[in-house]
Amino acid sequence: TPGDVITRDAGFMRGHGTYMGTDDVLYASVAGVVDRVNKLISVLPLKTRYNGEIGDVVVGRIVEVQQKRWRVDTNSRLDSVLALASVNLPGGELRRRGAEDELSMRKYLNEGDLISAEVQNIYHDGSLSLHTRSLKYGKLGQGCLLKVSPSLVKRRKTHFHQLPCGASIILGNNGFIWISPTQGGGEMDTSEGGGGGFTQNLEVVPESERETIARLRNVVLCLAENCTMLWDTSIMYAWEASTKYSIPELLNMDAMRDVAHLTQQRLQMDME
Amino acid sequence: MTELLLSESEKTFILHGVQQNFRGDGRTRSEIRPIVMETDIVSHTNGSCHLRLANTDILVGVKTELETPLPAHPDRGRIEFFVDCSANASPAFEGRGGDNLAADISRVLARSYASPEILNLKELCILPGKTCWILYVDILVLEVGGNLYDAVSMAVKAALFSTKVPVVTVSTVDGGEPELDLSDDPHKATRISVQNAPVLVSLSRIGNYCVVDSTPEEENCSSASLLFSVTPKGMLTAVKKIGGGSFQQTSIQAAAKQAVSIGVEVNDKLLQKLQQEEEMGRKREKIGFLL
Repeated sequence: TPGDVITRDAGFMRGHGTYMGTDDVLYASVAGVVDRVNKLISVLPLKTRYNGEIGDVVVGRIVEVQQKRWRVDTNSRLDSVLALASVNLPGGELRRRGAEDELSMRKYLNEGDLISAEVQNIYHDGSLSLHTRSLKYGKLGQGCLLKVSPSLVKRRKTHFHQLPCGASIILGNNGFIWISPTQGGGEMDTSEGGGGGFTQNLEVVPESERETIARLRNVVLCLAENCTMLWDTSIMYAWEASTKYSIPELLNMDAMRDVAHLTQQRLQMDME
Repeated sequence: MTELLLSESEKTFILHGVQQNFRGDGRTRSEIRPIVMETDIVSHTNGSCHLRLANTDILVGVKTELETPLPAHPDRGRIEFFVDCSANASPAFEGRGGDNLAADISRVLARSYASPEILNLKELCILPGKTCWILYVDILVLEVGGNLYDAVSMAVKAALFSTKVPVVTVSTVDGGEPELDLSDDPHKATRISVQNAPVLVSLSRIGNYCVVDSTPEEENCSSASLLFSVTPKGMLTAVKKIGGGSFQQTSIQAAAKQAVSIGVEVNDKLLQKLQQEEEMGRKREKIGFLL
């Protein structure tokens, strides 16, 4: 918490989120977690905008269609950029992007659409450059978007999970979590047109899958409210802990705290 | 109301969910999200309430003032509503943006409380034609998270329930104006009966069905909403339509029935909780804003 003493040892360098008091003592200036890298101490705040790293998986929403690129909102300080050259267009990988492609950008991604992408580059001003040059990235279909703090999403090898309870979840590093029904055929078909034509599935989602998605949504919100880190294991534990409640009951504060508490206990037992 | 962007598939998902009576967070079309509420927390008011419905945050304060009654109704007190949409609530409320919505809400509240059966305004009269109590109800919208009207009406009802009107004794002075003696004792106060106070129920139309207590995403998908003011006895005191879509006559009637059943239940539970809070007495710990 702000004002807490981090250490009295004078040998450390001050990082972000700290300040030196008059008596050579290091204090925290934001509420967050202490991060120590060799001699550098900093405090990573809990409530912050997303700071991109190259290689991160993010979920973003298109806010603007510009000349040769799309502007994407990723819960960071500046909007991110998705260039026309960085997406997979229908008709194969190595197509030359002509003038018609520019004019028909809206056909692929319109304002309001959700995409999953990877951070390719970071500009000098801090804004991110995204790309969807892989079959697993692209436009997102039916499902539910959740916004949590970016500091709660753990950096893992993969952020696309097909949970055993029967739904798929994408944990964007920027705090946008996307829960969707598992597409028939194993791997999620979210490519923007790999094979020509759009595979936007607008069919009715069956009730059993809806229940799974709703439960997952409430469970993730429980964990987020109680500042628990989010990754596939924690979400599954929380899922199992939530089965004793009905789905709307999980919106209650007490139920939320209970589920988060049980999950934290189980995770601690794992670590021991 | 909100400038939220949604993709086509998200809207389809919500639409189908409403059709199957299973919304994004697991609720049915007639379920309301959990509400946290506390009364009597603002110290300079006669009555107050802080209500939180998911992400919607409302603060209501009631102040009583002595003024002259209207010449048209010399034997009644008055109740006036003032709504302020704080700029913190939503980026759309910056500057004068929230004024339209604020005026809308106060008008609806004034209409729903206008019927003489709701509040016994005659109780508020001290000297007919000369002095009466006026209840100034100030509503502050702190955060918008969908379902603004309902939350405001519930908070207003709770604040009125907790309002303590000071006791006034009239002592006539010889040959002069009657003198009013305001009791300074905080424990000697009359309460306002809110047994008949209405609660607003807003139904948003998504596809062919009406849902109660819509989240901002659901509000974005709906074409129009109907606002019903329902008393605990099931009577409708005000009806308003918000939005640009249209309703068929049969759907309006069906929506009215749905609203009445939900409104009666909400009124009931609200009163129960308020009485529970009352029973906890003066010694209860006031948590205030740090919820």
